Amino acid sequence: MSKAAFKGGVHPPERKEATSSSATQWAPVPGRLVIPMSQHLGAPCQPVVAVGDRVVRGQVVGTVDAMVSAPVHSPVSGEVTAVGPWLTAGGTRVTSVTIVPDAEQDLDSFVPVEGDDVRTLVRAAGIVGMGGATFPSAVKLTPPKGLDVSTVILNGCECEPFLTCDHRLMLEESERVVAGARIIAETVGAKRVVIGIEANKPDAIAAMQKAAGDGVEILSLVTRYPQGAEKQLIWALLRREVPHGKLPAAAGALVHNVATAVAIADAVELHKPLMERIVTVTGRVARPGNYRVLLGTLVSDLLEMAGGIVGEPGRVIAGGPMTGPALGDLDVPIAKGSSGIVVLSPDEAAPLVDDDQPCIRCGRCTEGCPMFLQPFQIGTQANRRDWTAAEPLHPVDCIECGVCSYVCPTKRPLLQLIRLAKAAVIAKGAKL
Amino acid sequence: MSDTSTGSTRLAVTSSPHIAAGVTCSNIMLWVVGSLAPAAVWAMISMGWPAVQLFALCIGSSLLTEFAWNAIAKKKQTLMDGSALVTGTLLAMCMPPMLPWWMAVFAGLIAIGLGKMIFGGLGWNLFNPALVGRAFVLLSWSGVLSKLPNKGWFATLDIPAKGGLDAISGATRLAVAAADRAASGGYGFSLAEQYQPLLWRNLEGSLGEVSAALLILGGLVLLAKGIIDWRIPAGYIGTVAALSWAFGSDPIFQVLAGGVLLGAFFMATDYVSSPMTRNGRLVFGIGCGLFNVVGRFFGPSPESTTFAILFMNGLAPLIDKMFTPRTFGWVKRDEE
Repeated sequence: MSKAAFKGGVHPPERKEATSSSATQWAPVPGRLVIPMSQHLGAPCQPVVAVGDRVVRGQVVGTVDAMVSAPVHSPVSGEVTAVGPWLTAGGTRVTSVTIVPDAEQDLDSFVPVEGDDVRTLVRAAGIVGMGGATFPSAVKLTPPKGLDVSTVILNGCECEPFLTCDHRLMLEESERVVAGARIIAETVGAKRVVIGIEANKPDAIAAMQKAAGDGVEILSLVTRYPQGAEKQLIWALLRREVPHGKLPAAAGALVHNVATAVAIADAVELHKPLMERIVTVTGRVARPGNYRVLLGTLVSDLLEMAGGIVGEPGRVIAGGPMTGPALGDLDVPIAKGSSGIVVLSPDEAAPLVDDDQPCIRCGRCTEGCPMFLQPFQIGTQANRRDWTAAEPLHPVDCIECGVCSYVCPTKRPLLQLIRLAKAAVIAKGAKL
Repeated sequence: MSDTSTGSTRLAVTSSPHIAAGVTCSNIMLWVVGSLAPAAVWAMISMGWPAVQLFALCIGSSLLTEFAWNAIAKKKQTLMDGSALVTGTLLAMCMPPMLPWWMAVFAGLIAIGLGKMIFGGLGWNLFNPALVGRAFVLLSWSGVLSKLPNKGWFATLDIPAKGGLDAISGATRLAVAAADRAASGGYGFSLAEQYQPLLWRNLEGSLGEVSAALLILGGLVLLAKGIIDWRIPAGYIGTVAALSWAFGSDPIFQVLAGGVLLGAFFMATDYVSSPMTRNGRLVFGIGCGLFNVVGRFFGPSPESTTFAILFMNGLAPLIDKMFTPRTFGWVKRDEE
């Protein structure tokens, strides 16, 4: 087994066994879909349909003329019943198009996207980083001038506990992952393609090795969170450090999630827009599993499809439990970056700490921080609101993986404090 | 954090991460006490009732001081974090068994009051509270201490001393060795023959000197549980051994005798008063060992562990500052 890994991190209980062997199945078409105009980083789309319009599967319902953006499509044929603000998983209200699907759906057909080259097709298909970062993929396929991307890395780590959607994808659609990787490498002119997978998925590693063929390397990585964080992954695989404030291209690398690679292959080879994705629904639900979900399906409907919540839920998380936002309202739509819905019981969820516990200077946060920060010190300065003292501690470099809060024996809200410091220091004018 | 109602389900909305490691402050402290337990219980069995009394007095006084301080200051009670229990236990471990009861009570009061609470409680103290208590007793009543029958109920020290040790009723193996060395530059007995009693049943000295083997066992438990970082005890013990050898003494004897093992595994590793950076911890351990050995061979008293660690406690923030690692990605200009 490979010993490749980054420095620091933790190994929380994986909790993947509930869904790692359950084959992906289609989630039923829900009674309504809510399509947010912003499911990506960058400029939000403008709706191009109005209430009462008929739409068909694959039709564009929102787009905008901006470099960093991605259009959104209707995953079904049906009727637009509302256009207006809707709460999203991130906690903000976003202009969204509500579509009531027709009774009969043909999920095999769609309006194809048009374009002559890879970047145009990827842009038109609305593809964004599906690991959760949701950065528009077409932009990433256009590295800045003067930077030579020699290696394309596909991220198959899936280091977050509970999640298995990428695991299943690599097992069930190995060839598509490889096809996507080749398209990306060809587009940016990279000579080397590396697919990094954590060692806790030996079946996925085997399947990918079988599918890989010439010029695609499958590398196994130590199972440790956050192995799938971009900078950590690049270091683990290439022993290259992405300089502060620079793109991974500055280290000669371009990283895409495996699900994004499949979406890119579908867009380029089948002219298929991004309309559905695999979502791991797990934790305290009756039928945990991996579901192929139409984008815009409400979490409440998806949970019902999975048999509903079992017992009293402590926390419902969109994504993995280390980084995903906790949902206060379950009527939020599944979007392009939604990798999972995890229902935790009150006992499993991190305790709700409402008083100030002292730091005992045990050093666990320092040892775990994959960016080599001193989380306790940033936390202390954030508590004092002393942003001048916080700035040289580099809160801006924090990748918000949550390791510091996770390991803290006195349950100090370290990541929350660092987020405060980060925002304040950026507001002061620090360079990202 | 707020509760939002969604139909019949009420969901807590919190900042990520939403799971937490099971380790808590109180279970860390209980592991420390548990690791000290074999050595402590064996000390009580070996030294008899005075040792039991001493544990009760030191722990009781430490807990009571913290309770009273919080009550008077109208602060939340903090006894359940377990740190006062650790301080009380360590305090007893570094005291001789025949210590007058009022001195033990005073030691607990000073350790918790001046060693910890006055700084703002757990996490804010610069020095190891137990060592502050011990240092206070050592400095205030050195005359009384030197005349103590320093042997519990059962001790018999059968080492022929070359130096003028007759006046010291509380002689320890280390003190005899140091006096010999000071008087003649050599030793009037075989240091290697002292390994056995030091390892298993040494009744001359503090409660924490009874069994080096059980202290090592406790230290290994803390290392295996990931509660302490190997860098501090390794730096400390390694330095003591190396320097002792360099100064012409027996390195194993010097490690086993006196407070080195208790200091290296249980005192210098105190989270609050030691560095948090990896390299800083190694340097801290080496510094403790250095001052421990220098104190032993050239200081006024061979029992120099207390002041070696307290001195390095004072340097810990500076050491952390010096050894703060470079933030990932902040590569040097020429590498960019």
